[in-house]
Amino acid sequence: MTDLSLIPREEAVAGSRAPVFARAALYAILILFSVYYLLPLFVMVVNSLKPLSEIQQGNMLALPRDWTLAPWLSAWDQAQIGIQATGLAPYFWNSIKMVVPAVLIATVLGAVNGYVLTKWRFPGHRIVFGLMLFSCFIPFQIVLIPMARVLGLIGLAGTTPGLVLVHVVYGLGFTTLFFRNYYEAFPNELIRAAEMDGAGFWQIFTRILLPSSGPIIVVTVIWQFTNVWNDFLFGASFASPQSQPITVALNNLVNSSTGVREYNVHFAGAILAALPTLLVYVVAGRYFVRGLMAGAVKG
Amino acid sequence: MGSLDIVHLKKSYGSVQVLNDINLSIEKGGFLVLVGPSGCGKSTLLNTIAGLEPISGGEIRIAGRDVSELKPADRDIAMVFQSYALYPTMTVAQNIAFGLEMRKVPKPEREAAVKRVAETLQITHLLDRKPSQLSGGQRQRVAMGRALTRNPQVFLFDEPLSNLDAKLRVDMRTEIKRLHERLKTTIVYVTHDQIEAMTLATKIAVLKGGVLQQFGTPGEIYDNPANLFVAEFMGSPSMNLVRAGVDPDGAAVTLARGGEPLRLPVKAGRILAGYCGREIIVGIRPEAITEPRTENGADPSVVVSDFRIDVVEPTGADVYAISELGGRQAIGRCSAGYPIRAGQTARLAIHTDKIVYFDPKTEERIG
Ligand SMILES: Nc1ncnc2c1ncn2[C@@H]1O[C@H](COP(=O)(O)OP(=O)(O)O)[C@@H](O)[C@H]1O
Ligand SMILES: [Mg+2]
Repeated sequence: MTDLSLIPREEAVAGSRAPVFARAALYAILILFSVYYLLPLFVMVVNSLKPLSEIQQGNMLALPRDWTLAPWLSAWDQAQIGIQATGLAPYFWNSIKMVVPAVLIATVLGAVNGYVLTKWRFPGHRIVFGLMLFSCFIPFQIVLIPMARVLGLIGLAGTTPGLVLVHVVYGLGFTTLFFRNYYEAFPNELIRAAEMDGAGFWQIFTRILLPSSGPIIVVTVIWQFTNVWNDFLFGASFASPQSQPITVALNNLVNSSTGVREYNVHFAGAILAALPTLLVYVVAGRYFVRGLMAGAVKG
Repeated sequence: MGSLDIVHLKKSYGSVQVLNDINLSIEKGGFLVLVGPSGCGKSTLLNTIAGLEPISGGEIRIAGRDVSELKPADRDIAMVFQSYALYPTMTVAQNIAFGLEMRKVPKPEREAAVKRVAETLQITHLLDRKPSQLSGGQRQRVAMGRALTRNPQVFLFDEPLSNLDAKLRVDMRTEIKRLHERLKTTIVYVTHDQIEAMTLATKIAVLKGGVLQQFGTPGEIYDNPANLFVAEFMGSPSMNLVRAGVDPDGAAVTLARGGEPLRLPVKAGRILAGYCGREIIVGIRPEAITEPRTENGADPSVVVSDFRIDVVEPTGADVYAISELGGRQAIGRCSAGYPIRAGQTARLAIHTDKIVYFDPKTEERIG
């Protein structure tokens, strides 16, 4: 972060000499774009805190007159999801149960793959890496039916472990790519030194490489977490009603046809569904930038 | 400490032969320097000794035991890398102790070893730092410390000083030499710097293009280079290599120059048999062309003659005199007080017993 903080300072020096209106125009554009991106969030937050009657009066942009948390509570554990009035809570936990193992397993396997593909090269390592890279570009739709068949054959159809398996397999190409590129820049002499010191395959990995892998682990975790949490297609295709992730449940909440459409509850539910990814970005976002830059700056 | 023998060693990458039938051996406690220009295979040879690269043929013996098939960790060696290869996330103490830890040495013994090594290398005050907080010279010491903790049979150094600035390089060179004399360790040391090779080695191996050019003591390599490559590579300034005609009787050589040709007798009792009347290349070290001294007056092997001096280069301790000889610029080395001036003639003495002769075709030394 220290080196990044230099950049705005240099810009400020250059800017003080630049005409004032250019500066003003720059800020105007930045503010415009900020508003553009923040407006939907504003609408969602504001309307999730209103009684339904206020929304029905028509002004989506107005602040609530009667502030209420009722839509949030309803979305969490009362609202009608499909045919059951359970709220999003059980599905939220379904998503957690799916996303945690899917992220951990894919990250660990990606790290080991990257380690082997850069530091323990075997004949054909290029082809193996090429195929893994290729898997990143296979559209989801193509694998739906074969995947359903495989899940059926191994007895994981309609279960959370089945979804975990699907996400691990799909994420592996990316996590491997991340770790491979990161470890490619890691000096081979360190590996050789550790070998001479008597460290074995796993000791080199856990004692030498992993302690230096913080930034890329953060990148991989964020990437994988966001993708798995936000996935709708696999959840809709492979989950049973009991194991549905929150994205599918949110869809069911919004599409429940009984009674009036409770927009305030829908808004609250949508925010609930988005909250974990938002949290991950806020907590680890700055490492994300650092990790993405690590490979480029080194050398 | 143990001896090291390399027997008919071959190494190729695919169809490219990088090391070609290398035979070397160094006795227990010896200091072997592998020297040669960049890309000649020095690092590859060192890595095969370390076991980091598999060999394509031949044998490597450490303390009499064939280790060719053993893993690096089982060869009882330690290595100092060119980049130092310090583990960035560990402290200096952890770096030094890592090898012992991997070998399951109990903690109290590890700590004692770290303490002992740190005292030897005077890095005790650095033990809690991370490598990124050290200067180049300090990193170099830590890298050596890591090798010193386990008393291995052989130490391997790959260009350990090449990342240091000139002054520090000379200091560390002396320190490595002192360390070797004190610890009596067997060392194999790679460098492309011939001065490092001459000052440190008990035995030097000169490599070029994966072929061993010459293997011998620094004295042998310097005084009797095996071929033109070794003659030119070792020594600074380089040996003068000039064309000369051999007398019909093979007892003297004649070198062309601006005025009167220079006639130099071959060492007493020796003739250049097989080269009589032909052209060869003579090699004269700069210090064998110097000012005449009274004590050499009656010595028949010292030839004194007038030279036209083209350039004078004072270095402080010495002054180099450059003059045309055999169609090339030859360089002589006089003591600083000797009065020579560019554009004038000066009397210089050539010590012909220091001259070596080379076949111009094969480029090998004659005799
Ligand atoms: N992994 C490799 N694959 C193919 N050729 C290599 C490899 N490593 C080294 N070489 C070649 O072997 C030769 C010797 O390299 P090296 O031992 O590193 O030389 P140096 O004497 O500079 O240390 C060079 O020509 C280099 O290109
Ligand atoms: Mg090298």
